Amino acid sequence: MEKENFRPLDLRKKLRPGESIIQALLFIAGILSIFITVAIVYELGKEAWLFFGNPDVTFAKFFGTTTWQPGIGRFGIWPLVTSTLVTSFIAILVSLPLGLAAALFLSEYASPKARSALKPILEILAGIPTVVYGYFALLFMTPLLQKIFGEGVEVYNMASAGIVMGIMILPLISSMSEDALSAVPRALREGAYAMGATKFETSLQVVLPAALSGIGAAVIIGISRAVGETMIVAVAAGAGPNFTFNPFQAAETMTGHIARISGGDLSYNTIDYTSLFAIALMLFLVTLVLNLVSQTIINKFRQRYE
Amino acid sequence: MNPSRDHYPKGEELQRSLSARYRNASIWQILFLSALVIAILSLAALLYNVVDGAFGYVAFEYKNDPSEFTAKPLDDLNQQELLDILTANLSSGAFKKLDNEKAMEKRSRSDLHTLVLERLIQIDTKQTWSMTDSIFRSSEIKAEVAEKYPDAKLEFRSWLTPVFLTTPMSSKAEFAGVRTAILGSLWMVGIAILFALPIGTGAAIYLQEYASKNLLNRIIQTNINNLAGVPSIVYGMLGLAIFVRALEPLTSGSMFGVTDANGRTILSAGLTMGTLVLPLIIINAQEAIKAVPDSLRQAAFGVGATRWQTVWHHVLPNALPGILTGSILAVSRAIGETAPLIVVGASTFISIDPDGPFSKFTALPIQIYQWTTRAQSEFHAIAASAIIVLLVLLLSLNAAAILLRNRFQKKY
Amino acid sequence: MQNNQPEIAIETKNLFIFYGSFAAVSEVNMKIEKQKITAIIGPSGCGKSTLLRAFNRMNDFVPSSYVTGEILLHGQNLYGKDIDPVEVRRKIGMVFQKPNPFPKSIYENITWGAKINGFKGNMDELVEQSLRGAALWDEVKDKLKKSAYELSGGQQQRLCIARTIAIQPDIILMDEPASALDPISTLRIEELMQELKQNYTIIIVTHNMQQAARVSDYTAMMMLEKDGSRSGTVIEFSETKRIFTNPKDKRTEDYVTGRFG
Repeated sequence: MEKENFRPLDLRKKLRPGESIIQALLFIAGILSIFITVAIVYELGKEAWLFFGNPDVTFAKFFGTTTWQPGIGRFGIWPLVTSTLVTSFIAILVSLPLGLAAALFLSEYASPKARSALKPILEILAGIPTVVYGYFALLFMTPLLQKIFGEGVEVYNMASAGIVMGIMILPLISSMSEDALSAVPRALREGAYAMGATKFETSLQVVLPAALSGIGAAVIIGISRAVGETMIVAVAAGAGPNFTFNPFQAAETMTGHIARISGGDLSYNTIDYTSLFAIALMLFLVTLVLNLVSQTIINKFRQRYE
Repeated sequence: MNPSRDHYPKGEELQRSLSARYRNASIWQILFLSALVIAILSLAALLYNVVDGAFGYVAFEYKNDPSEFTAKPLDDLNQQELLDILTANLSSGAFKKLDNEKAMEKRSRSDLHTLVLERLIQIDTKQTWSMTDSIFRSSEIKAEVAEKYPDAKLEFRSWLTPVFLTTPMSSKAEFAGVRTAILGSLWMVGIAILFALPIGTGAAIYLQEYASKNLLNRIIQTNINNLAGVPSIVYGMLGLAIFVRALEPLTSGSMFGVTDANGRTILSAGLTMGTLVLPLIIINAQEAIKAVPDSLRQAAFGVGATRWQTVWHHVLPNALPGILTGSILAVSRAIGETAPLIVVGASTFISIDPDGPFSKFTALPIQIYQWTTRAQSEFHAIAASAIIVLLVLLLSLNAAAILLRNRFQKKY
Repeated sequence: MQNNQPEIAIETKNLFIFYGSFAAVSEVNMKIEKQKITAIIGPSGCGKSTLLRAFNRMNDFVPSSYVTGEILLHGQNLYGKDIDPVEVRRKIGMVFQKPNPFPKSIYENITWGAKINGFKGNMDELVEQSLRGAALWDEVKDKLKKSAYELSGGQQQRLCIARTIAIQPDIILMDEPASALDPISTLRIEELMQELKQNYTIIIVTHNMQQAARVSDYTAMMMLEKDGSRSGTVIEFSETKRIFTNPKDKRTEDYVTGRFG
């Protein structure tokens, strides 16, 4: 009896409950990230829906007026948007040329020794918490700007926040641009050298244009970072919505506004509360689109040179 | 031969045009280099600015003259004498409250000394100066103080002291410390890592070792990359809506019998921060797992190991240094993050040490933010001191990460 | 070839090429005749490309590489102290294994080299002349503003030849220029080389012996040294006919007849 049932070799699938449970747990860990995204969209969307569902909040008011004070029924989003744009623009204005030049130097000119000495400095800059940059903006950059440009510079101003934000983003732009530059195939450089081009002509006129889309991706990520950056603007840009394009004036950005209002005594189910979620939803969508675009560009760029 | 050959510069002209090209190149090279110089100068300016603010002259007055309380100089009094002064001069309510926080008899001499200064004599800071000013304009400052505040004492002070590290928050900058903030940060980061490290590593293992290349897994991967780029304040809003509000019974501890609490606890903050660093941990862990050579997996499969056995016995041990390095980087990100904590509701004034996940809390960057935005310069001085504490903390974390990386790097 | 004193375009004297302490190529002495095609053949890894790249100092970009001996162009040592490698490459152009046009328009691919080198003539003329020279004009004359990446591989390679002749070098180096191309494109490149040698001296590296036999006037046979040093050298250099029909060296004979093991 026993002998008949004995199989010398059984290759049939065995049930391995342990393995299956582990795999299921791992899958849950993996899918959790999707839930986070869904939760963000749902929670922000729900409160934002309440905000836009408020009869006082009309499309015309939201996009047609320029005062933002939900507590007293002023719902013009523009002051928060313009100050976000101004500070981000200044940040890119600072970080793009500097970051690109730094990347060109590091990838095209610096000896391996110089590179290994210089890169950590950029990494340190990238690792400094943004609240420290806020301190720097308020207590160093603003006095400096006041010294240079005189009385017109307010204690809180968008220029100082924007410039310091540019310094903060510089390492990001530089390292992403450096990646893009070094992804340009050697054959292209050699082609240029073989035509009697100098190193400089090669890097600026052949390598740089070839890496342009990668650099564009870096700039887009930089913009996304600047738009979402909170602490520098919360400390240094101003504590109150102000519809102005003058960088030397104080104006609160979208992120700065969320930080200030939510840091105070905020009760649930008020228009102040829901309005913050509406702003956060806008922030989320804008940065999401920017990140997706950048990601797509990078993937295309990689495919082209692989 | 070919006519176009004549159109190229020759001889002297060629030399001139070549040297012009080289000159042009070196000018640009200097420009490129200057970008790095600017970056270095910015970093130097930032660090200098912080150090400059943390030390320097301070002019202060006593609101109440010490001689009103004691005949001897304050610094010569012993513990019992100080306690007697407090007992005699503090209102009984205030005394009881302090006694409840910590028994007065058990307090150290320096603790009591501080209390006398803070509660009875009451220091009134008139003005502070930066370190540079204090060093180079010392005599001018002295003259200025003598003229403007004839009763004031001038003292060169280091705002960053051991006492600063070990005392709790105070409404007076002179007596404030970062003890509660450091403890709050550590609690918060601990919870964040406990939450994010297992889930993040699990997700990375799933994506690298199990996931087939189907649409769902591609979406998961793209989604993780995107989550890494979501502004931190949005995570704060998510934490506010979910952890603080929706899960209040859990995060406030009322489920476990803790009363007198709302959802604005360390637990909420830790979970929010864990969510924020999760994509970071996943991406780093994926890189670490990717770096484990395939030959190792094949060897394990070759001797009949199951997938999980392969992962658990071979892939994970080899990826561990990389995963840990990534986690340290995530920790340093979490320690420096401020915006989500503001939204989740860090208390800005809290002087009691956090004692569990359901405590109210403050954190180091929150204090820096608070103090920086105060108008009085003495608060800027303690903000600078707190920044130094934060930066030293981050620096040591990063050094640990680098050491870890270098130690295990040359394995394959 | 009728006169006994052929004109020499470029000459190597006791040339060694090192990567660090390793001599990748040793003791090469060659006199390369003007307006002829010289092929360098040999098994892979014997230093053909390294030798070719020494002629226009492309090896300069490999850190730790250096050269001893001389390469003489018009009596000047290319590795002399006061020699500018940029000017060397301007005089000695190069076409690479894989077509590597710049990510610019067809037109700009031609004019870029001319511009940086201070060309003062008519650009349109130069573009037409160069593209005609590379037998590409008729195919691209209507889409000069299009990206060079839209061309086929064979067309791209001819564009690379066109941009090289646009800067009017004396010598054109070709590093297996047809190895990435299909047979028809290869044929066109070979035909083009025959036309180009009216005006230029061409040195071509190829692993394809039939190609060397078809296109070249002279052939240099490279091999690794027998002493096991992994260093390549030219073991035989003479007229192509001779290399393929009556080689002096036994190893050459083995190689060209396919008995090389």
